[in-house]
Amino acid sequence: MKNKLFEKYFVFSPYFWLVIFFFIPLAIIFKISISVSEWGMPPYQDIFLFDNGFKINTTFENYVYIFSDYYYIGSFINSLILALISTIFCLLIGFPLAFYIATSNIRLRNILLVLVVIPFWSSFLLRVYAWKIILQNNGILNVILLNLGITSEPLQLLYNQYAVIMGIVYTYLPLMILPLYGYLNKFDLNLIEASKDLGLNRFKTFFKVILPLSVPGIVAGSLLVFIPVVGEFIIPEMLGGSDRLYYGKILWEEFFVNRNWPGASALAFSGIIILVLPIVIFQILYSRWSQKNEI
Amino acid sequence: MKSSLIKSTVIFLGLFFLYFPILVLIFYSFNENKRVMVWKGFSLRWYNELFYNEQIIEAFIISIKIAALSATFATILGVMIGYSLVRIRKIPFKSFYIFLSSTPLVLPELILGLSLLLFFISLNNVIGFPSSRGQLTIFISHVTFCIAFVAIIIQARLTDFNKNIEEAAMDLGYNYSKVLYKITLPIILPSIIAGWLLAFTISLDDLVVASFTTGPGANTLPIVVFSKVRLGLSPEVNALSAILMFALIIIGLFYFYFNKKFKR
Repeated sequence: MKNKLFEKYFVFSPYFWLVIFFFIPLAIIFKISISVSEWGMPPYQDIFLFDNGFKINTTFENYVYIFSDYYYIGSFINSLILALISTIFCLLIGFPLAFYIATSNIRLRNILLVLVVIPFWSSFLLRVYAWKIILQNNGILNVILLNLGITSEPLQLLYNQYAVIMGIVYTYLPLMILPLYGYLNKFDLNLIEASKDLGLNRFKTFFKVILPLSVPGIVAGSLLVFIPVVGEFIIPEMLGGSDRLYYGKILWEEFFVNRNWPGASALAFSGIIILVLPIVIFQILYSRWSQKNEI
Repeated sequence: MKSSLIKSTVIFLGLFFLYFPILVLIFYSFNENKRVMVWKGFSLRWYNELFYNEQIIEAFIISIKIAALSATFATILGVMIGYSLVRIRKIPFKSFYIFLSSTPLVLPELILGLSLLLFFISLNNVIGFPSSRGQLTIFISHVTFCIAFVAIIIQARLTDFNKNIEEAAMDLGYNYSKVLYKITLPIILPSIIAGWLLAFTISLDDLVVASFTTGPGANTLPIVVFSKVRLGLSPEVNALSAILMFALIIIGLFYFYFNKKFKR
């Protein structure tokens, strides 16, 4: 039948594109990560050799090399810590904002939501650049601090890990607020009233009613912040100093500076396994589960 | 009331935090002085110089071209995925399909960029194409990671709307493709436009993937801007920022308009 052809066309056009330009590139990263490195162009040996009969030429040395050197593991741990701290800050700032937006009246709510997300549409790079201006030695923040008499000479605010956290929290905040708002918006505000009527104080209402109900939003928002931050390259490059090395920077240098393609590929593939795979499996299971419950 | 005071304070501080850096950037773009941080007086000097900066103008044109093309391709493919996932039951290896269409959302850009670069290099070794990297390879890469963003918007929209409308039209004698063009497509059109705008902005703003897949003659705007501000400040970039942020925020408002339109 005609619609069968139609369906095939719809399913397979993007399928085709993504297999070629997304799946195969990931497979190539894996392939190069288990190749033997050598001097030359490209700087690795083929994994299948046909000289004297067929031979498979693979190695796990690149992984051993990475996981036995603190330079690499250390920067990976730095990135995980950075992502954790940034996620916590985004949550601490994002939760009250999302909560109060969700409890506003409906007209104000939509306006506030647009206002919160609009900065996210303006260029990422330029928003990071803005912090570079703010945190300069003679920048606006130092001028304020000097005039208030909090400090007698300009503070070095830029080029350290705190500036990096600042930049990340700022640029990723909308990614935290949106899913939080999505879940908080769904729940019945009368529950808060009810718990107050039942004699729970504010503190208890928050921990026993509001917080448990917003767990899915907290998880979604935290993942949206945590994962990209681990691989973040631009913000540490613009605002960070040499006090801390991060995964993104190491990966970049391993490839472009050291020209160690197998090493860089092993780094990238480890990143996929540690970070992305758990999330993807979770997502697939979740979508199956929600589909089953619908039918 | 006490609680409403807390509420307004939190919202005010939150919005202040989000908009303060943008306002600072716009403010300094009007500074006459070449030394960005030292205020000398109000002037449009840097806006003027911006228009005579061939490197930036050229990069801007390349970026717009790549963004428009890749947004269009990504929208077509993303709509197909969104439609397939919601309306078509038989998808071979469906979990793999979901994996392919959602992973680019969470994969760090750096890994995506590296994998695409190594892919293009390997492809060139095998079939001699693409012989050098440039606008074409950036375009392909941008399509690849924008598809996922369009797909979730379309998927959400299709899940929302009542399938009965389509079935009613079928019962009334519309065939499959007629239902698609006369019923489904018009209903999801605002979301398609919203998806295109999102893909356009993402492509226009991308630095990491473009840095990996670029080649001679394909310096996009973020690449040029990054090279200018990596180590310091640039008054011309300030002027550019103010213009670009303004333009992108307008696009963002359009996105909200289209994405909201048919939501109750």
